[in-house]
Amino acid sequence: MNLWLLAANSIAFGGLLFLLSAGFALIFGLMRIPNLTHGSLFMLGAYFGVSLIAWGVGFWPAALAGGLGVAVIGGLIERLLLRRLPGAELAQVLVTLGLSFMIADLCLMHWGGDPISIETPSQLKGASRVAGVAFPTYRLGVIVIAVVCAAALWLMLERTRLGAMIRAGVDDPVMARAVGIRVPLLFTVVFCLGSGLAGFAGVIGGPILSVYPGLDQDMLPLALVVVILGGSGSLVGAFVGSFVVGLLYNFGQALVPELAYVVLFLPMLVVLVVRPAGLFGRSSP
Amino acid sequence: MAKLGRRTFAKRAGAATMAAALPLPAVAPAIAQDKPVKIGLLTVKTGPLAQGGLQMEQGINLFLKHRSGKLAGRKAELVVGDTGGNPAGTKTKAQELIERDRVDFIVGPLAAFELLAISDYVAQQKCPILSLAAAEDMTQRKPNPYFVRASATSAQSMHPLADYAAKELKLKSVITVTEDFAFGYEQMGGFQRVFEDSGGKVLKKLWPPIVTPDYTPYLAQLSGVDAVVSGFAGSNPLKFMKQYKDQGLALPIVAGSVAMDDALLKSFGDEALGAISCSAYTADLDTPSNKKFVEGMAADYGNVPGIYAAGLYLNGMVAEAALEKTGGKTDDKEAFIAAMRGVSLTDTPRGPFHFDHFGNVVGNFYIRRCERKAGKLVNTTIKTYKDVSQFWTYDEKWFLAQPVYSRDYPPLKS
Repeated sequence: MNLWLLAANSIAFGGLLFLLSAGFALIFGLMRIPNLTHGSLFMLGAYFGVSLIAWGVGFWPAALAGGLGVAVIGGLIERLLLRRLPGAELAQVLVTLGLSFMIADLCLMHWGGDPISIETPSQLKGASRVAGVAFPTYRLGVIVIAVVCAAALWLMLERTRLGAMIRAGVDDPVMARAVGIRVPLLFTVVFCLGSGLAGFAGVIGGPILSVYPGLDQDMLPLALVVVILGGSGSLVGAFVGSFVVGLLYNFGQALVPELAYVVLFLPMLVVLVVRPAGLFGRSSP
Repeated sequence: MAKLGRRTFAKRAGAATMAAALPLPAVAPAIAQDKPVKIGLLTVKTGPLAQGGLQMEQGINLFLKHRSGKLAGRKAELVVGDTGGNPAGTKTKAQELIERDRVDFIVGPLAAFELLAISDYVAQQKCPILSLAAAEDMTQRKPNPYFVRASATSAQSMHPLADYAAKELKLKSVITVTEDFAFGYEQMGGFQRVFEDSGGKVLKKLWPPIVTPDYTPYLAQLSGVDAVVSGFAGSNPLKFMKQYKDQGLALPIVAGSVAMDDALLKSFGDEALGAISCSAYTADLDTPSNKKFVEGMAADYGNVPGIYAAGLYLNGMVAEAALEKTGGKTDDKEAFIAAMRGVSLTDTPRGPFHFDHFGNVVGNFYIRRCERKAGKLVNTTIKTYKDVSQFWTYDEKWFLAQPVYSRDYPPLKS
């Protein structure tokens, strides 16, 4: 067993999880919507990527376009459906869950049931040697992408006007509205952004995970664990949570495979009991 | 369409009553046969198992098309039930098919857990069922008298694969890796028994959960052996092989039937090249019926068929042969199932086969190597094991006295 390999992979897998769950954390943190379509948006992005690549678009443009396409769909979901259900958490859960089933069936209709693999971009094919361990080059690329995205998101949240409005909305939506922030517009923007990130992550994850019916349901629980561990609405939480889950996942499955799920979900239970707001979340007022 | 079918049926039934009123009792059997044979298909059209499920439907549809919708002179009608890939859904649909639609027999379902959910029920209802589900004990320690399996048990293809791996590939040691569920245990149990009896060693058996987005933790444990045995199913083989290659691993792969299914090849890339697999069905088999089948699948669905489509096509052929024996009658269930189990065919897409007294197939199994020909990946048959029974070369009594293959049986020898 090679512990270095597991460690390196934990970071790469954590990077992918961050791309998946950053959007989930923002949406849940700001809008308090437990968006159960998040896994489906991830899968939808991956399928968009598949089609775009099949039409001759390069991998990287396809990843961006896939993200954009899903961002638009996310915006529509927010405008047409979720907007009508403010504060009704049960209704939101049901609507987003129902939507996820619908998206899954539509994808099955359009792309069929066969698993489709996304070719690893040629620049990043093969394995590199890191500290004497063979490691897939593409995964190193995923780490870089995740770090760049995290930095960009952090700058956006901390240094821009939009970021300040989002933070205000997370902390106290009523007060934010009172001081003139257009919270509904903010909601749409954040939902688009979160959805787009999920779609982008879907294409980026494609060469590792491939795309198949059921991918949505495989990824959603991971996003949930990350956000519950890290704390909703906290980017730092999502970042740290992703890598913690990446580590738990890799070492858990390698060292105690019988308890892989226990290792993954037990920390989540403990956090929920001891610190319900998550490691980095602020407890809601 | 179903409505129209029912209406025409009602018309015919009306005509039949009028005909019966005439003093001509001799026509009665002929009229009874005018009633269509109803085939119930239990398949999965939604969710993660849909890939295999849709191919199953294509297989049976193509078969009926090739027979112009008639079996043994009777019109055939297909009623499709989508199980949703879960036991409860399977039970509901099986009840609908049997009690509402009054089907004469059922083909499907796909997965063992679906089949186990309805096994007792279909036996009570005396409804013959031809399934692809591979659970060993369905035709071994807990046999169902109404069950017929023309594909294979979980281990049936693994026995010859292990034989080939030990004797021809001269492999001495392997690590097995497959999903953590019954189909995986049974496959690898079968591989281990035959491989060890041929002098090989299984050093480790790895069981990733069915849902494993990233196989790296398992890949990190694959070293120090001659080859890796993969038994993955569904979309997992694709993920596993790709990550295997990305990891820079180069150990040869020997694989179970669904792990290198012909229908999956279009999704694979170069990572699949060189993989050796064993299956009850291989698309390159040179029989007239297989040619027709493969060409039909390409023309109608643009697919290279794998075991799911072929399995249903075979089930159709078995039912047809049985109906021919009973003169098209299905009313006497005991006679019908006896006729099914007595079927022996020579020209089929999987070659010649017949059934043992449990209703499980005895037929050819093909060892294939994955190659690239004319730009496409294909499995090329390199050896045929003839007339393979579910008990391999073991004595049936001895085999049945052993526990069923499981996660810990046979145990690892260390």
